[in-house]
Amino acid sequence: MAYKRQIDRLPIPPADAKVHNVTCHYCIVGCGYKAYTWPRNKQGTLKNNAFGIDLSEQQSADGTWVAPSMYNMVKQDGKDVHLAVVPDQECVVNSGLVSIRGGRMAENRPSKVTGTQQQRLSDPMVWRNGTWQPTSWDDALDLVARVTARVITEGSEDDLILSMFDHGGSAGGYENTWGTGKLYFQSMKVKNARIHNRPAYNSEVHSSRDMGVDELQYQYADYEVTDTIMIVGANPLETQTNLFLNHMRKGLENGARFIMVDPRRSVTVNAAEEIAGPENVLHLAIDPGSDMVLFNALLTHIVDNGWVDADFIANSTFQNGEAVPMDAAHPAALGSLDFAMETCRTSTAEAAEICKIDEADIIKAAEWIAKPHEDGSRRKCVTGYEKGIIWGNDNYRTIGALLNIALATGNVGREGGGCCRLGGHQEGYYRPSDAHVGRPATYVDQLLISGGGKVQHIWACDHYKTTLNASQYKRVHRKRAEMVKDAMDASAAGTREQQVDAIVAAVNAGGLFVVDVDIIHSQIGQNAHVILPACESNEMNLTSMNGERRLRLSEKYMDRFGNSLPDCLIAAKLAQHMERVLREMGHDAYADQFKGYDWETEEDAFMDGYHQGNPDVTYDRLRAMGNNGVQEPVQGYENGQLIGVERLYMDGVFTRHGRDDGKALFCAAGWRGLQAPGKEQERASHKFWINNVRANIFWQNQFLDQDNDFIQDRFPYPFIEMNADDMAEMGLNPGDLIEIHNENGSTQGMAYPTDTANRGQVAMVFGSPSGSQGNVVNPGVNELILPDYKHTWGNIRKLADATPAARSVSFKSKEYTG
Amino acid sequence: MKCKKMVDVGRRQFLRGGALAAAGAAVSTVAGAPAQATPANAQVDYPSDKLANIADLAVNEPMDIEYPDPDSPGVLIKLGQPVEGGVGPDGDIVAYSVLCPHKGYYMGYNSEDRTLNCPGHFSRFDVEAGGQQVWGHATQNLPQFVLRVDGNGDIFAEGATDLIFGRPSNVL
Repeated sequence: MAYKRQIDRLPIPPADAKVHNVTCHYCIVGCGYKAYTWPRNKQGTLKNNAFGIDLSEQQSADGTWVAPSMYNMVKQDGKDVHLAVVPDQECVVNSGLVSIRGGRMAENRPSKVTGTQQQRLSDPMVWRNGTWQPTSWDDALDLVARVTARVITEGSEDDLILSMFDHGGSAGGYENTWGTGKLYFQSMKVKNARIHNRPAYNSEVHSSRDMGVDELQYQYADYEVTDTIMIVGANPLETQTNLFLNHMRKGLENGARFIMVDPRRSVTVNAAEEIAGPENVLHLAIDPGSDMVLFNALLTHIVDNGWVDADFIANSTFQNGEAVPMDAAHPAALGSLDFAMETCRTSTAEAAEICKIDEADIIKAAEWIAKPHEDGSRRKCVTGYEKGIIWGNDNYRTIGALLNIALATGNVGREGGGCCRLGGHQEGYYRPSDAHVGRPATYVDQLLISGGGKVQHIWACDHYKTTLNASQYKRVHRKRAEMVKDAMDASAAGTREQQVDAIVAAVNAGGLFVVDVDIIHSQIGQNAHVILPACESNEMNLTSMNGERRLRLSEKYMDRFGNSLPDCLIAAKLAQHMERVLREMGHDAYADQFKGYDWETEEDAFMDGYHQGNPDVTYDRLRAMGNNGVQEPVQGYENGQLIGVERLYMDGVFTRHGRDDGKALFCAAGWRGLQAPGKEQERASHKFWINNVRANIFWQNQFLDQDNDFIQDRFPYPFIEMNADDMAEMGLNPGDLIEIHNENGSTQGMAYPTDTANRGQVAMVFGSPSGSQGNVVNPGVNELILPDYKHTWGNIRKLADATPAARSVSFKSKEYTG
Repeated sequence: MKCKKMVDVGRRQFLRGGALAAAGAAVSTVAGAPAQATPANAQVDYPSDKLANIADLAVNEPMDIEYPDPDSPGVLIKLGQPVEGGVGPDGDIVAYSVLCPHKGYYMGYNSEDRTLNCPGHFSRFDVEAGGQQVWGHATQNLPQFVLRVDGNGDIFAEGATDLIFGRPSNVL
């Protein structure tokens, strides 16, 4: 039976409710919301309320409405207050639209009154006597600093392994990336670092940057005024919901055509067909991993037909053959279009064979992308891509091959153009240089698995759910952490000095001392020795930018939960403890490196970091810019307004690679099959392709959603979309628990019959707390340590009949059938 | 039990703005509730409205209804096989709001797979699974009307499981 809230009335925000600007802290789109707060013993009336509308009337479609999920009761300045977080009609990003994620921001706040999100961490905890015991910040950080300082002074900073978010929104953002970045990349030079979703500290789009093109260069309105929308390896209706509904949709309604490159048919294709008509939608369901061949064939067909933008190529792209040779840091050579074509040239017939699609569809796609209009005018095409190729085969060359098309057709820096990643989290990166990390960066997971590192600091990452080769990672991580837990238990009655000695002895014997900073007690946190409670945006002020570089200040409207702190202030406290401990140890010069963290608030961290590089930007100015903010890079401040940039490279000068000539480069993207080690063999020896997919209903690894009844009721186990004939052949019924297994490990979920799933292809939702898809992903990465989660093959067996929880949910098609 | 016709009349007058006394009463009833010493009932007081008689229903042919007032459209459906929450001798009669709890668009019924589908943003709900959102943007499942069948086969709606789109209270 579907989850029922049994709520049929909500308090009404009074006219004098406090109003706060909120940028949704979930996906990259960053929809605008208004948070209304008011005292517990007050409320508005049907006629006189904060919305200024007559609530005694049934509101029409698109009207203002507070859903129960948009309401909660939280602490503000120590008092219980009502909270309503409602989509902002005036925000140009979402125009009042709400996603299934953002619409639940309020109910996913911790509340002692309503009992929501009581999983949130409230106090620092230290492993003591066989469990985690609450303690003070000073006690916990003293232990972290003493162990860390001992290890990096007796060995080196290379003995510190770092797992660290690099994103905006939620607990990321400019304040927190700066706080952590200053600690690890300025006070220290930690090179054995990795990012939350990949096993190294690297870019997900190295080739785009090397070619001179920032990966977020357009604005969302470009989708509204284009001729063709091309989406590659992405599912924007689910994962950038209001980018699709508020911008791509307008483009389709204005007559744009839609191309989807994805082996799997998704609800995005379905919706595009509903809006534009099936005749204007082309789904290229290519063989998994063959994207590059398709792009090369499209480029070849466009070049050979003369549909290129010759002026743009002449004025804005490199002309003289090879500019950057292939080497260890560059998995492909870069240079002029002619140079790249020597490698990329692929006929549509060849591509049809490799991609396993109709040649006519490839030609049609090339025409939709670049064939001039009948009056001879240029066709505009905007391209969006995401994990299908970022976490896909041969990341560097594939993204380069896609960007080649946009450059050749002059679709970068122009209205109605762009070639951008669609993004996951918002962005919010401001850190000191990471040049010391090197390129290729260390494959940190392999370092850890092979016994490297002695101390690990984890910031808002849960590799149990979101890394590749997760089965092995978890086994080794647990084993190494257990060695330290044993040492701590054995020395529990001793002095701090004795305990530190015991921990250091354990890590020197192969153990790993784990410090986990997070908002909840995560799965990897089960192996932690010190757990530090962080807070999220709106429990602190936080700045981030969205997928069109729109910078906003999302304002604090509630108290932090318990003793939790912003990550930037945790980093500052840790730095101060490091300074003190190193000085006590007699390392004065080293201690001096940890000065400069006298921050009282997150705004102090913002001023110390982002503001230094962008002196026009302050909290007050951003607050005044409201939910529409300003599009980075900020150019100045005039007449009370921050001045931004609607689109990068409008002058045709490309800079992201740092070249003085300002010319964009093409990528010599040579096809070499499945590039990452082990993938071809895995494909040959297993029955099913195990696609790794997202769903709109879950935010990332469900760290909050795992405690949300509405969400867990819908999918009590991770779904595995599967062809009905495959299910019948295996005797599977909807909801049956099945196990995917291969040489890397196994994972499990529930079978979800899916009409549109190809035989031999299943799609498992990523990052689930009750079934990590990463367990069965092999350790293969590209030369720059970019993982290929998308190409995994395995076999499937039945574990159990559907449980009562699974039997009660709907297994109907996810596609609209109006 | 209130008479459906009376409820409708009062509601329509209210919407026209002609019945100031009625409007004032409604405001004081709802707005005043939290100021009272004891909380209001766990749920608001719903009218008991007769929707149809079992004999009026054919399997999988939805009947348009309005509940708890004419501004809240819904459907009454006999599914032909028992479902959780279903009423009637066959345990197969259910009723739902048809305003999408995402943005309030009026949904259509697909009799083939027995779902309600929103043309606004493509959300869909399973009428055989308690109105569970199969896929979509709403942050709740579909408000399901609580039904009672009397000895004559008359079907009455007497409550709702979730907040109906576009109103702060299911009974305005």
